[in-house]
Amino acid sequence: QEPQASGLPEYVKIVEVGPRDGLQNEKVIVPTDVKIELINRLSRTGLPAIEVTSFVSSKWVPQMADHKEVMSGIERHPGVQYPVLTPNLQGFHSAIAAGATEVSVFGAASESFSKMNINCSIEESIEKFEEVAKSARNMNIPVRGYVSCALGCPYEGNIIPTKVTEVSKRLYSMGCYEISLGDTTGVGTPGSMKKLLEAVMKEIPLSALAVHCHDTYGQALANILTAIQMGVSVVDSSVSGLGGCPYAKGATGNVATEDVIYMLNGLGINTGVNLYAVMEAGNFICTALNKKTNSKVAQASFNTGTIK
Amino acid sequence: QVSTAAAAGPYPKRVKVVEVGPRDGLQNEKNVVPTPVKINLINMLSETGLQVIEATSFVSPKWVPQMADHTEVLQGIRKVPGISYPVLTPNLKGFQAAVAAGAREVSIFGAASEMFTKKNINCSIEESLERFHEVMAAARTANIPVRGYVSCVLGCPYEGKISAAKVAEVSKKMYSMGCYEISLGDTIGIGTPGSMREMLTMVMKEVPVGALAVHCHDTYGQALANILVALQMGVSVVDASVAGLGGCPYAQGASGNVATEDLVYMLNGLGIHTGVDLQKLMDTGTFICNALNRRTNSKVSQASCRL
Repeated sequence: QEPQASGLPEYVKIVEVGPRDGLQNEKVIVPTDVKIELINRLSRTGLPAIEVTSFVSSKWVPQMADHKEVMSGIERHPGVQYPVLTPNLQGFHSAIAAGATEVSVFGAASESFSKMNINCSIEESIEKFEEVAKSARNMNIPVRGYVSCALGCPYEGNIIPTKVTEVSKRLYSMGCYEISLGDTTGVGTPGSMKKLLEAVMKEIPLSALAVHCHDTYGQALANILTAIQMGVSVVDSSVSGLGGCPYAKGATGNVATEDVIYMLNGLGINTGVNLYAVMEAGNFICTALNKKTNSKVAQASFNTGTIK
Repeated sequence: QVSTAAAAGPYPKRVKVVEVGPRDGLQNEKNVVPTPVKINLINMLSETGLQVIEATSFVSPKWVPQMADHTEVLQGIRKVPGISYPVLTPNLKGFQAAVAAGAREVSIFGAASEMFTKKNINCSIEESLERFHEVMAAARTANIPVRGYVSCVLGCPYEGKISAAKVAEVSKKMYSMGCYEISLGDTIGIGTPGSMREMLTMVMKEVPVGALAVHCHDTYGQALANILVALQMGVSVVDASVAGLGGCPYAQGASGNVATEDLVYMLNGLGIHTGVDLQKLMDTGTFICNALNRRTNSKVSQASCRL
């Protein structure tokens, strides 16, 4: 396959969010050593970025209570980034003290979601992030910005692209090197993805955009394909599709890294990631969580005994 | 250097969804479904706006026990005007039985793989096409439209890689013998948007795009992305199975058909007209899953019931 002939990027960076976004939305609390082992295994797959943990109060997110231990316990492979979530300045300082060298901040395109999720308005949250971004700039720490509810909100329903663009622009202007657009409830389709990206691309350079698609309605790969066809070259995903959707009981959440890589491989797009190694890491964490994988590639491959 | 041509579409304004749940779906389900349940399933599907519902298969019950009640099913269903109820007919004998039972449209199944043909129907591709000639001749005389399927278009469970040229060759032969439509089947779901584009490019040289359909399996989670590419290339007929019925017989426990609900959700989001009522479709999926005592394979259904 010649990706360039069809206008697709030659290389796509996969940002692995399983250990943070994935585990955060799993019911079972995972022991610290299992988290560390998972991240170490993922470090050996070729993944260029692995979101490790979240420096948020353990009162809100018990799964991430061991953030210090995880951050200081993992192997740090050269060439691999290990971002951590920092919702405010306090979390940022704590993260740096524990050895973090990259952080992420989470905005939202929906006021209701912002209020329900972090108990403040979008504007108030931006102010907090600006403090983080300022300190990060002083310390030469890169900051990644997320915009949740980019294609729809569990409370407000439809979200207009201009709102997403506005929030993205604020995050980008404060110094975020990359903006990850999140379809938090997976309601988006190639139609709404295209409209969103057309709007955001007017204000944010393509190379600074990423998509974070949830597979709750089975649309993730089609949405990711649409984004890639429009030139986006950074995709978030979660090993084994870890992480259910907290807004739709029993429904799936994150798209599975294995399924994304399988598609990108088939398109002739380079990711640098060894699919088989990711499947093995997925097998490890699913065994530890005593659950079945959400990755169809893993299901098919382990059942036929053949890996493609 | 990035071309947005592909993403821009244009997409077809309308897509015909061919519902294969009652045949392809049930045929690959472990539990044998009682005849009244099959009939009710088809009747419910007839209320959703679907225009084509593959009802059953006139194949020997020795080979496919699930379809043993083909005559009762075809005669028992409510035939809604404007809806087509094609049935599979592997040979002349099956065709004659189907017509005697009231069939007004039939389907024949070819393959792009020699080994698959041998294993599946115990003959070569060429021999299978000869059998189809008989069916085509009889169908022409009886004024019965015939839909042609080509299996293994993006890979074969036995041969592995399948050449796009071979797919084009078999498709051309089936189209030339009189099939009004050729449904290209990714039988083991192994295809990706890359191989889909390559295969369609070759086939479209031999068969007009208006006569093409895609039949994607979701075994590797690629179905909707593959369908999206097919739509971008001008294909406007897509096969799917309510609730994603039908596992993959080549990968134990893996999924098979793409779920009609998930397909319709995507098409709705693209502003493409299908005529299908998604809620009624989901209700039908719920019915058959309860009857089969299994969970749905449709993510839209899983997500929606709990919100």
